[in-house]
Amino acid sequence: MPVVDLAVTSRRELNAALHALAADTRETQWRVENPMGQHALAVGLDAAVAVEIAGHAGYYCAGMNQRATVVIHGNAGVGVAENMISGKVHVKGDASQAAGATAHGGLLVIDGDASARCGISMKGVDIVVKGSIGPMSAFMAQSGALVVLGDAGDALGDSIYEARLYVRGAVKSLGADCVEKPIGPEHAQQLRRLLDAAGVSGVEPSEFRRYGSARGLYTFHVDNAAAY
Amino acid sequence: MCGIVGLFLKDAALEPQLGGLVAGMLTVMSDRGPDSAGFAIYGDGCPDQLKLTVRGADLEGVAAALGPIIAGLVRDTHLVLTLPAVEEARVRAWLATQRPDLAVTGAGQRIELYKEVGLPGAVAERFGLAQMSGTHAIGHTRMATESAVTTAGAHPFSTGADQCLVHNGSLSNHRSLRRKLEPQGIAFSTDNDSEVAAGYLTWRLREGASLSEALESSLTDLDGFFTFVVGTENGFAVLRDPIACKPAVMAETDQYVAFGSEYRALVGLPGIETARVFEPEPARVYAWERH
Repeated sequence: MPVVDLAVTSRRELNAALHALAADTRETQWRVENPMGQHALAVGLDAAVAVEIAGHAGYYCAGMNQRATVVIHGNAGVGVAENMISGKVHVKGDASQAAGATAHGGLLVIDGDASARCGISMKGVDIVVKGSIGPMSAFMAQSGALVVLGDAGDALGDSIYEARLYVRGAVKSLGADCVEKPIGPEHAQQLRRLLDAAGVSGVEPSEFRRYGSARGLYTFHVDNAAAY
Repeated sequence: MCGIVGLFLKDAALEPQLGGLVAGMLTVMSDRGPDSAGFAIYGDGCPDQLKLTVRGADLEGVAAALGPIIAGLVRDTHLVLTLPAVEEARVRAWLATQRPDLAVTGAGQRIELYKEVGLPGAVAERFGLAQMSGTHAIGHTRMATESAVTTAGAHPFSTGADQCLVHNGSLSNHRSLRRKLEPQGIAFSTDNDSEVAAGYLTWRLREGASLSEALESSLTDLDGFFTFVVGTENGFAVLRDPIACKPAVMAETDQYVAFGSEYRALVGLPGIETARVFEPEPARVYAWERH
């Protein structure tokens, strides 16, 4: 298992080594020590490898991730897993602002809280936050699901498109064009799948409320629903 | 951009290390603010004495010219005068008439305030920050937006005794607020928007508000984006604007409360591995006091 100590190896060397991995690499378990809050750790990965980051990470950790699994054993700075395409990013601590911003796919799990603008402009990613999320989360969220076991801050889902928001706790306020919607069987199923994927047990889909777009702000035509 | 650091000690055993720790934090924040840097440090002091930090050239001989009861310590481009509090008016009048080229950057029982143009690490080095001790300190690395890269435009700003403020962000209504504060006797020495925020807090504190109350009301009265870290003789406070435009991370242990624009700034602090590291929420005042 390659171990990269960032006290002696530069971040660029780390990222270059991870980028150089072939799709069929046998070096699939990586460990990064002494991250010391450095920015852009393990960004742009495109191989089915697992990277463990042993401490707090700075901005944009695991950004643009494809196929890899990145686990941060600490807090993550602004924009963790931003623009993720696929794979999994797991933050064991709290995440700062704009976690999972613009991400197209994959799963982002945050064990602690996420700050403001979690899931801003999300485009298909699934995000599970075991704590609470800050204000302006899921702003202009287009697709994917945001599951929150705790509370949500002000203006949840402002100007939302077709993402699904599930919150178990209190929502301080809903943003423009975001409304509560009923939880149907397909939603309960989706919640169950995401809770399982995030390793959450003892929590039932029925404990959540669902929020989504009132479709009053954007030009939505039900005939095109399959395209969203 | 800009970078902010702050360290407020709970454990007196760390006081001799305060300057060294803050110098390290400032240096790490160089790439957020390479234009200039400054810091305020709360060191020794006694109730009937006043410290005036003065900035300018030709500082040798200033203290002597003021008379034998005034002590002076020159650190590079700054001079700290220690004087009996009752002498304040006389000393300020003398400086204004005899040495109008000098600027008073800070005044109070314990505050010393240094700022210069240049890379933060070099600025800390010039003033010997690493050798200073104290109870708390606040520093800033500046990337200028609203006013020129000058020493006067560097942070912290101090507009009241033992008060200082550093700011990351920019204010939109600083001109109109300045016009309201000046008739109230709040004096400004630069065109900087952040100095107006400092003056606003000074005014609110003077009117009887607590530090927390003053910051609370700034959420209504200041328009713009900001992360503030504020120091008083015995207090330390943090406030972010309601949409939290500017980054902030804090760490708390039994020994200290620390603030950084990024976690990287906190990496060198003792016990950081086990500290409670958290992001301050928008529009919420965080304040600590020493008793």
